[in-house]
Amino acid sequence: MAMATIGNSGAAERRVEDEIFRRGRDLRGSGFRTMLFAALAISILFLVVLLIQVFVDGWPVLDERFGDFWSGTLRSRSSDDKLGISQGMIGSFWIAVFVAVIAFPLGIAAAIYLEEYAPDNIVTKTIDIAIRNLAGVPSVVYGLLGLFLFVQTRELKDSTLYAGGITLAILVLPIVVITAAEAIRAVPSSLRQGAYGVGATKWDVIRTQILPFAAPGVLTGTLLALSRAVGEAAPLILVGAITGRLAPRDGSFLSLEQFSDRFTAMPIVIVGWVQESGRDAGFSAAAGAAIVVLLAFVISMNSVAVVLRNYFEKKRG
Amino acid sequence: MADISIPKPTTGLLTTDALAGPRSRARKEGAVKWILFSAALVSIAISVLIVLSLINEARVFILEVDWANTWGQQGWFPRQGLYDMPTLLVSSLIVTVVAMFVAGPLGLGAAVYLSEYASRRTRSLLKPILEILAGVPSVVLGFFALFFISPQVIERIGRNGWLVVGAIMIIVYVGMVFRWARQAMVAEPGTTLRTQLIRILTLTTLVALGLILIWWINDVAGSSDPASADFFTVKRSGQLAAAAVGVGILTIPLVASVSEDALAAVPEELRAASAGLGARKMTTTVQVVLPAAVSGIVAAFIIGISRALGETMVVFMAGGAADAARFTASPFDGGLTMTAGMASLATGTDNVVGEGLTFQSLYFVGLVLFIITLALNVMAGRYVSRVREKY
Repeated sequence: MAMATIGNSGAAERRVEDEIFRRGRDLRGSGFRTMLFAALAISILFLVVLLIQVFVDGWPVLDERFGDFWSGTLRSRSSDDKLGISQGMIGSFWIAVFVAVIAFPLGIAAAIYLEEYAPDNIVTKTIDIAIRNLAGVPSVVYGLLGLFLFVQTRELKDSTLYAGGITLAILVLPIVVITAAEAIRAVPSSLRQGAYGVGATKWDVIRTQILPFAAPGVLTGTLLALSRAVGEAAPLILVGAITGRLAPRDGSFLSLEQFSDRFTAMPIVIVGWVQESGRDAGFSAAAGAAIVVLLAFVISMNSVAVVLRNYFEKKRG
Repeated sequence: MADISIPKPTTGLLTTDALAGPRSRARKEGAVKWILFSAALVSIAISVLIVLSLINEARVFILEVDWANTWGQQGWFPRQGLYDMPTLLVSSLIVTVVAMFVAGPLGLGAAVYLSEYASRRTRSLLKPILEILAGVPSVVLGFFALFFISPQVIERIGRNGWLVVGAIMIIVYVGMVFRWARQAMVAEPGTTLRTQLIRILTLTTLVALGLILIWWINDVAGSSDPASADFFTVKRSGQLAAAAVGVGILTIPLVASVSEDALAAVPEELRAASAGLGARKMTTTVQVVLPAAVSGIVAAFIIGISRALGETMVVFMAGGAADAARFTASPFDGGLTMTAGMASLATGTDNVVGEGLTFQSLYFVGLVLFIITLALNVMAGRYVSRVREKY
């Protein structure tokens, strides 16, 4: 082996010199860099192709009959003039309300407790483990929980809007807790100590110092949770949201009677139409159009959340 | 802040009673604490309820089902009392593996680029786009998988895809063998004839096994009898491979963000030291940063697998099977994963109310899925905390 090294020494010297002075270009290095960039670019390309595909499929419907599509209902034929998404929009709106009313206060309260009050004991640890594991539970399993809790009779005719709403509120609760806890953890302790120093109680400190400071982070989490809930379909399918036809209902967007009625939501409408498209190809365009509407909501909520977070991160350095 | 009353500097000693303030204030503090505590307890309650609901119904299934019908049957036909678990498990495995072939390299590559190579500007521009991809609802990817990936990608490459995979494997194999042979000949330090021979033999075995697996999946395992397939199932367009690519796309941002966190946790000193020793950027990245972040990256992959296993709608919409599925081991057939099987049970014509144990089978599959994902998540948590302890 030693002989071989000596025999090669001329070549080796040249190689070392080349490397020091970068005479041979670092082909491998730039190849590696290009590959890494390609990975990122392909991931983003998927998103771009997806958006184009959905727009191309859905645009004719939105262009020709946006008003009717907005106010129309679920129909059995795709050529029906009254085919539209109003029931899905109403369902999704109420689901968002349920999430905002149930998951936000509960989640933020739990986060405050965990960050500010919780002693380092077994109860706290259990809560912590429970939340982390809940965040990883597949969404269908939450659907099973909803089915078990609210649709006991095993005849899905009893499935109602509140069953779907509460199920999704439970689903996003861990997201709210985890993001809110992170935001609260980032509050500098000097703020707390300053407030204690002038005689504030713990709750005063939380109310007047910690929550206002953590608000943007908490808000980011709630927006992400909301967009997740609005886009989620699997648990709703399990609790029995309607994929097929739904009898047109009298009453307005805000009527409270619909809580105890059967319901549908935007993602469910999309799934239903995609399934119908095997029988009636026109439904795929309708599904595309409904996706454009859903994506407009979800992506704008997500973008606001991301921008908000980046802005405040920068501001606080 | 109306209830804050400053203790009066009365005559005499300042007692602790005076410092404590009015009793109503203390009572309010206690009440607030209890309210917040009970909110935190909700998560435990939910966990318990999930486990209870799963076990409660799955128990009935476990006790009453004819176990001969859950293994080695022709497929998953819950309405006919055939609950063949391998059908669902193998489909889930196929979808997860293919999805991770998409999400693993792309997610990790994107993370390494963002964390090690990208300038601040590029990073602040591209990372939010990845985050938006993370927010795309799964029904949208189901639509995309069914109407784009399936006809434009999978059906075009089709079964020839295996030829491509096989060809790549052989090219890589030949390249590696040449390299190792050369290393043995010039006697590079750290290599002997023996180590090189062992390496070549190991690789040969692996490649041979891979090729046999491809041949088996292609010719033997796929349901070769389309007539009987039609008899049992309503065939839909789409196939497991298309759904799996969709699931993979959905998993990319997750893998990327967890691995990026792991890379960010590697102390800057390691990179500086490596550069100071004269290592190039690539050497630093591959030999210093990645090994230092390895447990976080493993965690990212495990979390990705768990996510891919639990993904429902993409497979339900684009997986190519409706209410029931024949057993298949080929990604180019239609099939039902555990999750999609549950969703289709819930949407079938007669909903969940079916013959015998249909309803309970839903919870049994749910319990199996829950146990697997829980185990994966706990494992991933271990790896993540290992990173935290290290740095």
